[in-house]
Amino acid sequence: MSRTAPLAEPRTAPETVAVPRPLTAARPAGPSPLRRAAEAVTPLAIIAAVVGAWWVAAAGSVIFPTPPEVVKALKELLISGVLWRHIGTSLMRVAIAYSAATAIAVPLGIMMGWFAPLDRALNPLFQLMRPISPIAWTPIAILWFGIGGISPIFLIFLGSFFPQVVANAAAVRGVGQHYIRAARNFQLSGPRFFARVIFPAALPEILTGMRISLGVAWLVVVAAEMVATESGLGYMIIDARNQVTRYDLVVGAMVIIGIIGLILDWIMRQVERIDLVRWRHDG
Amino acid sequence: MTGEIVAKGIYKSFPGRRGRGALPVIDGVDLQLSPGEVVALVGPSGCGKSTLLSVLAGFETADHGTVHIDGEEVAGPSRKRVLMPQSPSIFPWMSVSRNLMLVQNGAPEAEKRRRTAELLEMVGIADFADAYPWQLSGGMRQRVELARALVVQPEVLFMDEPFGALDALTRMQVRTEVLRILLQNRLTTVLVTHDVEEALHFADRVVVLSERPTRVVRVIPVPYPHPRPDVRAELGVLEDEILRELGIDRDEGRGPARATVKTTRILVPPA
Repeated sequence: MSRTAPLAEPRTAPETVAVPRPLTAARPAGPSPLRRAAEAVTPLAIIAAVVGAWWVAAAGSVIFPTPPEVVKALKELLISGVLWRHIGTSLMRVAIAYSAATAIAVPLGIMMGWFAPLDRALNPLFQLMRPISPIAWTPIAILWFGIGGISPIFLIFLGSFFPQVVANAAAVRGVGQHYIRAARNFQLSGPRFFARVIFPAALPEILTGMRISLGVAWLVVVAAEMVATESGLGYMIIDARNQVTRYDLVVGAMVIIGIIGLILDWIMRQVERIDLVRWRHDG
Repeated sequence: MTGEIVAKGIYKSFPGRRGRGALPVIDGVDLQLSPGEVVALVGPSGCGKSTLLSVLAGFETADHGTVHIDGEEVAGPSRKRVLMPQSPSIFPWMSVSRNLMLVQNGAPEAEKRRRTAELLEMVGIADFADAYPWQLSGGMRQRVELARALVVQPEVLFMDEPFGALDALTRMQVRTEVLRILLQNRLTTVLVTHDVEEALHFADRVVVLSERPTRVVRVIPVPYPHPRPDVRAELGVLEDEILRELGIDRDEGRGPARATVKTTRILVPPA
């Protein structure tokens, strides 16, 4: 369902009229077109200024690349297919580790949020693990799984599992008492109670936790690939640095990492807007 | 006909916190409703009205005393007695009709669908069956709330300030609707409100409760048939009487009391 307008009385019904409007909304047409254009252009101008400053500063450097050199290097790698392979590898690792973390953290977090004894038993352990950077686990990961293969996946899993499970338990604990009361009143219980009441009630916050932890996963994959493997965008950075003169590739990889991170976050924000969770924002 | 409520000697206190003793909330309340009767509980805010309602509905257990509905002791929440809270508790993550279908869990599919359509028709929101609650106005949400309560065919309905969150106009409108539906269904109803006028609008009897720990101060029968616009004067007299029981004298300000107030004002220096 994609209807967005209130179906009943319009939002100007008596009950909403009394709400004082913020001063900025008093102007009937909203911000002027000029102001809106300025607001759209400003961030782009700032980015352009930073790139310009970089260009000027790097112009005299032998090692540090200028923006056109970075673009040229990326173009070469795109054409040869090397960049695509690294991107694919990194994304695949995130997909596997993040899916596994989510698949465990959602049911486990919900159970912890609902059954207080389970929460009391597990929460201290998870709280203790959560602040440990997954990168600190790298030596252990290499000891257990060796370089490559499972190691980076294990590290990403750690990075996205603990924040999620803790957030999901908190989401369930925060479910409105009036919904739980209504469910008890209508004698909803067992799997139906969890599937139709607890899970959807906690879903908006579960999704927020998922979005944040996907961001963490993307941070961790790059860091993990710099030490625990020989492929992926993180490895590409380290490999380029080891060639000393290829700082154009270091910076190029960083730009790609930024863009992909932005896209991942954008996708998760779209998921957070599905009808199933819109109540959180609109009602 | 079903829906007889017998509550006897209800006592309830909340456990004390660190160092403090238990907080008594209900101090020996007896209440009896015959099937189809509508009773309003009025009392000062925080007196324990809602707690009493929770006990009657089985959400909380009394320290002493028992509640029987149709001879069966109330030991927990049940679909046979639905509580409509002040803030909407219809599930906002599913459509209006899904809300009504879900609570009928266990009935045959066709029957569920028929009842859902019937109830949505009754409360006048059949056109919004597929809408999400957040797409509806406050008044319509309360109607959905009522429809969901009635769709399971309860014996008793408990309403805890069901119109408290609505603005004055919507409130009057929805109130009239709800009363019509209650009378049509001849459902035993306990209405908690702090609005005396609302109590008189609905109830066959008004039970006046004291401050916490609460007990019944007075039971006032309202012997007028519905609808009640033509007995406004009589209701006004009852309203004054109930308000006096609650410690509010509306005539104050006309007699010598006003002089007292004025003197006090003069004595207090302006801020």
